[in-house]
Parts: sequence; C-alpha cells; structure tokens
Amino acid sequence: MTDINMSPLWLSFKTATIATIIVFIVGVFLARIISRHSFPGKSILEAIFLLPLVLPPTVVGFGLLYIFGKNGFLGRILLDWFDVQVVFSWYAVIIAAIVVSFPLMYQSAQAAFKQYDPKIEHAAYTMGASRWKVFWTISFPIAWPGLLAGLVLTFARALGEFGATLMLAGYIPNVTDTIPLAIYFAVESGNMEMAKFWVAIIVTLGFGAILWLNWWNKRNMIRYSKKSD
Amino acid sequence: MLFVSIKKQLTHFKLDVEFTLKDEIAVLFGKSGSGKTTILNCIAGLMKPEQGKIYLNKKVLFDNKNNVPIQHREIGYLFQDYALFPHMTVWKNIKYGMSNEEFAKHLMNELKIAQLKDAYPHEISGGEKQRVALARALATEPKLLLLDEPFSALDDSTRAISHDQLLRLHELWKIPVILVTHSREEAEKLGDRILEIVQGEFKKESFH
Repeated sequence: MTDINMSPLWLSFKTATIATIIVFIVGVFLARIISRHSFPGKSILEAIFLLPLVLPPTVVGFGLLYIFGKNGFLGRILLDWFDVQVVFSWYAVIIAAIVVSFPLMYQSAQAAFKQYDPKIEHAAYTMGASRWKVFWTISFPIAWPGLLAGLVLTFARALGEFGATLMLAGYIPNVTDTIPLAIYFAVESGNMEMAKFWVAIIVTLGFGAILWLNWWNKRNMIRYSKKSD
Repeated sequence: MLFVSIKKQLTHFKLDVEFTLKDEIAVLFGKSGSGKTTILNCIAGLMKPEQGKIYLNKKVLFDNKNNVPIQHREIGYLFQDYALFPHMTVWKNIKYGMSNEEFAKHLMNELKIAQLKDAYPHEISGGEKQRVALARALATEPKLLLLDEPFSALDDSTRAISHDQLLRLHELWKIPVILVTHSREEAEKLGDRILEIVQGEFKKESFH
C-alpha cells in the first residue's frame, strides 16, 4: 500500500475535466439550438445523442473501435493525415468519456432551456438585444442551475467510465489506467488492498459531487425557481 | 401611423385583418383563440405572416421583400404574464435595453416603482410586476406599444389604477397603442377604437 502509483487519480481527473469541458460546450450548444427548433429528423438525431445512455458500455466501445480503429473511418483519416493513433492512447480515454457522458449533459441542458417561458427571451429581443446578448444575459443565467446539475453528472460519469474505455483504450499503466480500470485490474491480479484504496477514492469523489450538488440545489435552486414564478 | 395587413393560416381558421392606426389606443377585442395575440406577434416580428404589409411611420417592417428583425422594429411589447427577467432586479430589467439611466429613473418615478429598484420580480406584487413590465416596454422609447392582456391578472382596484395610468401615459407619449383584451368593459374604457375579432377576421369596429 505504501508505493501506490497515483497516476490513475491524476489521469482520471485530467480526462474527466477535459471531457466535461468539451461535453458542456457541445451539449449546451446543441441543446440550445435543438430545443427551440423543429426540423425533419430531429427525433432521430436526438435518439442518436441519447443512445450511449441505454447501450451497454461495451457496445459503445465496440462502436468507437469501429470508427476510430486503424481501419475505421475516422481512425484512418487521423492516422494518415495527422499521424495520430487513437486506439490504446490517452485520446481514446477522453473520447470514451465524452461519448458516454454526453447524453447526461444534453438531457440536462435541454430540460434547463425548456423550463422557462420563451417569452422572456422574446421580451429581450423586442428591447433590441442580439441573439448573442440574449443567450449570455438571459438564457444561460436562467438555465444555469440545470446546466450545473448536468455538469456535475457529466464529470461523475466521465470519472467512472469503464467499459468503453477498456474497449477503446485498453489498460496501459500511466497512459490509460483510469481509476475504474485500476480497480478492475487490481482485483484481477488479487491486489485487494489496492482495489479498496481506489474504490474508497472514487466513492468519496462521487459521494462528494452528489452531496455538493444537493447542497447547492437547496441553497440556490429554490431561489431560482421562485424567481421564475 | 401604423398600417397592418396580415394573412396567416392558423390551425382552425385563417387570420385575415387590415387596419390603420394613428397615435391612438386601439383595442383588439375578442374571445380567447380568435387570433389577437397572433396579430401582436406578427407586428412585433415574433411570427411571420404568410402575406401582408406592416408599416410603422412609413418604415416597412414587413412586406413580400422585407422582414425587419424584432430587434430593429422599435416596438415595445408587454406580454400577458409580463415575462420579466427572473434573475434580474427591477432596475436591471428596465435598464436592459437602454443606455439612458436618467430616462429609466424618470419612467420608474412616473410609474411609482422607484422604491422597487433592488427587488427581484418574485418579490413584488402582480400590480407592481405589471408596472415594471410597462416601464421596461417603454424604456427603449418605442414607436408603437403592444399590450397583450396586461391587466387580466390584476384585482379590480389595481386594474382601475393601471387603466388610469395607461391613459395618462398615452396622453404624454402619443404613440399608437394596441391593447388586447377579452373584457368589454376594459375595451370601452381604454379604447379610442375597438376592433372586434372573431375567428381571425374583424367583425365590428367602433369608435369612442
């Protein structure tokens, strides 16, 4: 126990943080556009966005392997044009985390943008505000409690990702060994002390995130919802 | 001067109206679902008519070639449930679309809401919300004011005060005002003209 390699903790944090930032920006952008517009194929597009939520992580991993593998559509382009190999690399860990956590952010953002009356935005437009100004001064602040909930869930999901990561990134110490992978391979090799250590870390992180979100909700969400009356 | 000619197919009927308005208060009077709010939304630019023309002081807002964006129509719109920005104080709500702070203060004094400056919308009464929304709609110095059932959620005494306030403000501002209501009493008290709408068409027009 004295010589535990802490790289899974650092790698998990780094991966979850980067994945969360990307998922937050893309998820909020797409949810914002799609929630207020109707177009042919909208339901199909949304079903594709939410698919990783219902599929087994191994299936998601298989799909990613199919796309990013050496002979995959994107994998070949990345290898030929940029000399980047995704499979068994840190990029694979990030991609897996992004794909599995995206539905949570998308759903939260969509609900957050739908929960207030669009007339509030219309009022701002009649006062001469541009779309950009309305987004930053009206839509985003009003939707923020819902977006924050999505942000925390996204981070927690990215931190705990296992199946798709193993399929796409494999287990390479100091490169792709996130905490969930470290737990699995510690158990497999019979190192229960190591497994217990990482389990304690990830349970504490997950518990802390949910506890903080509940506390923040009680403190701010009630105030926000009253303000929306 | 406002000229409106709108044709638009709605779910159950076709909206087909035409009217001209000077610096007076016109009341669109009719049952719920008769197309009143749709007319306001088309004038404001929130909805697009299939055919028609909308001119405000000789400026084209909509015709078969032009469709001026909402932001540039210079129209004040008071929505039925006020649509105040819930996360902003009364002061920030009113000041949102303007740069002239003195004018904002003047409006707040005029509408007797200066003391609510730092309050949030959820902290003020229905009548106060209505006055804040009116101040906000006027803050950008619009050339036309649209009022969508602004008094429907108020009690009788507050409604009477708000009616008088609107008439006084109109005396000062002298711009075309379109008020939507389904109360005949309100229509007769406030309207210089009453346009009675049934299933998307004007059935009767009266002057007061």
